[in-house]
Amino acid sequence: MSDETGRGIGHDSGRDTLHDLVVVGAGLAGLAAAVTAAGFGLRVAVLDANARAGGQYHRHRVDRPPAWAPLARLHTVEHLAEHRVWAVERGDDHFTAHAVAGERDGVAVTVRGRRLLLATGAYDRQLPFPGWDLPGVFTAGGAQALLKGNGVAPGRRAVVAGTGPFLLPVAVGLADAGVRVLAVVEASRPTPRAVALAPHSPARVVEAAGYAAALARRRIPYYTGRAVIAAHADGGALGSVTVARLDADWWVRPGTERELACDTLAVGYGFTPHLELAGQLGCASTPDGFVAVDTRQATDLPGLYAAGESTGIGGAQLSEVEGELAAYAIAGRTPPKALPRRRARLTRFAVGLRALYPIRSAWPSWSDEDTLICRCEEVPRGRIADAARHGADDVRSIKLLTRAGMGWCQGRMCAEATACVLSDVLGRPIAAPAPTRPIAVPIRLGDLAQGAS
Amino acid sequence: MTDETDPAPLDRSGDAGFHLTVDGRRIPVEPGQTVGAAMLAAGIRSWRTTRFAGKPRGLFCGIGVCFDCLVTVDGTPSLRACLVTARPDDEVTTT
Repeated sequence: MSDETGRGIGHDSGRDTLHDLVVVGAGLAGLAAAVTAAGFGLRVAVLDANARAGGQYHRHRVDRPPAWAPLARLHTVEHLAEHRVWAVERGDDHFTAHAVAGERDGVAVTVRGRRLLLATGAYDRQLPFPGWDLPGVFTAGGAQALLKGNGVAPGRRAVVAGTGPFLLPVAVGLADAGVRVLAVVEASRPTPRAVALAPHSPARVVEAAGYAAALARRRIPYYTGRAVIAAHADGGALGSVTVARLDADWWVRPGTERELACDTLAVGYGFTPHLELAGQLGCASTPDGFVAVDTRQATDLPGLYAAGESTGIGGAQLSEVEGELAAYAIAGRTPPKALPRRRARLTRFAVGLRALYPIRSAWPSWSDEDTLICRCEEVPRGRIADAARHGADDVRSIKLLTRAGMGWCQGRMCAEATACVLSDVLGRPIAAPAPTRPIAVPIRLGDLAQGAS
Repeated sequence: MTDETDPAPLDRSGDAGFHLTVDGRRIPVEPGQTVGAAMLAAGIRSWRTTRFAGKPRGLFCGIGVCFDCLVTVDGTPSLRACLVTARPDDEVTTT
């Protein structure tokens, strides 16, 4: 279909310039890095899959840009919106990013830069449970994106569930949009004492306290140590959810199940980083599976930098600081001393915060044989268990035997869950494989053919 | 769709609004909205059925990751409704 556009390889000739810096991702880290580097006189291109810059945090309606300094300086960089980067290559003295431009009629675009910064961000982690594939169940980030980017509420009566501090702004946002939020259901038990012991940044604590007060003002109950363990259909869509108490390992406490009628569930259990491009380049990763960077945000590959959630889930402020630090390093400048100190403080806080919202091991017990683990290929838990009983003992073998992870989303939604279900069946820990995809995002064959012409 | 499943619309001044059609039905769009958001705002909560079990699917991740919301717009199939910005008189067809 790309051929119908009549635009061949000549389309990108105007972009054949060698940029000083190419940034993938126009969110907090990427855009902060891009405009900071541009301020040092560097020629910068920023590629981003979304129609508008700002990433998930600063997602906004077309006529309501947020007051965020880097957005006001967007004109100082070449912002390539709706550019899906499907491959990055490292040459002798530069990097090449291959993208498909335009959501409807993809056009192949190639952008080259002396340095490459990966600021690819993260998306909501999902733990499958019966009914999570029903219309009306949204990721927490998806529910928020509908509000922030479109001004559309996902429904009328909502439950917000999962784990982590991100559930709070999602619930407040829904309530302020006129949605009746019945409860925030937090699986962990972040006790006040634990919160007090976590090394923290005052700004974040004030923010959290603000959200707690906001929930109270809106009379939204905040339950801890509980989870939505099942969603039920009414007609063809979500009609209710079952909420139950969990023990310390997230086993359901029998007899505590309670049903809540709702048309919307916003659910998320923390975040999973987008690591596809880092995986293509083969840079080193941390023991917990993020891109490994040094104090300059540099990876172990010369010229390759990373910032934001792909280097560790740390929140908005940390992402922005990391982006700025990367720009200083790329421009060969010494950052003001306050900047690395700020990063160190925010990193300590992020590590402390993550420790308050761990994923416990017994969540696969919420699912039954028919619960889909892979949504795309409709692979239920029972088929994964069968494959395990026939000798499949890693995620790759499960994928080959059951097709789990082989669909459109390329395992983004289910790879971690598949590993956990497999661990549950086999009774020993199984690691989710690091993404190694020659094509980082699904693109149409016509777009590829055009790029090769 | 029953009343209970209709979403609560936010501030809809409608000044610069336009329409698209979903299987021939006209629905309003605010400028900058995605096709998927406009459909949800019109009370359409699913628009695809899965290949094997024929289960309904609509928006899930909302940010282009899960591919649940695939839709055909002006004859182009397999577009993510959560990412495609709606244009006046778009013809959306569902399966």
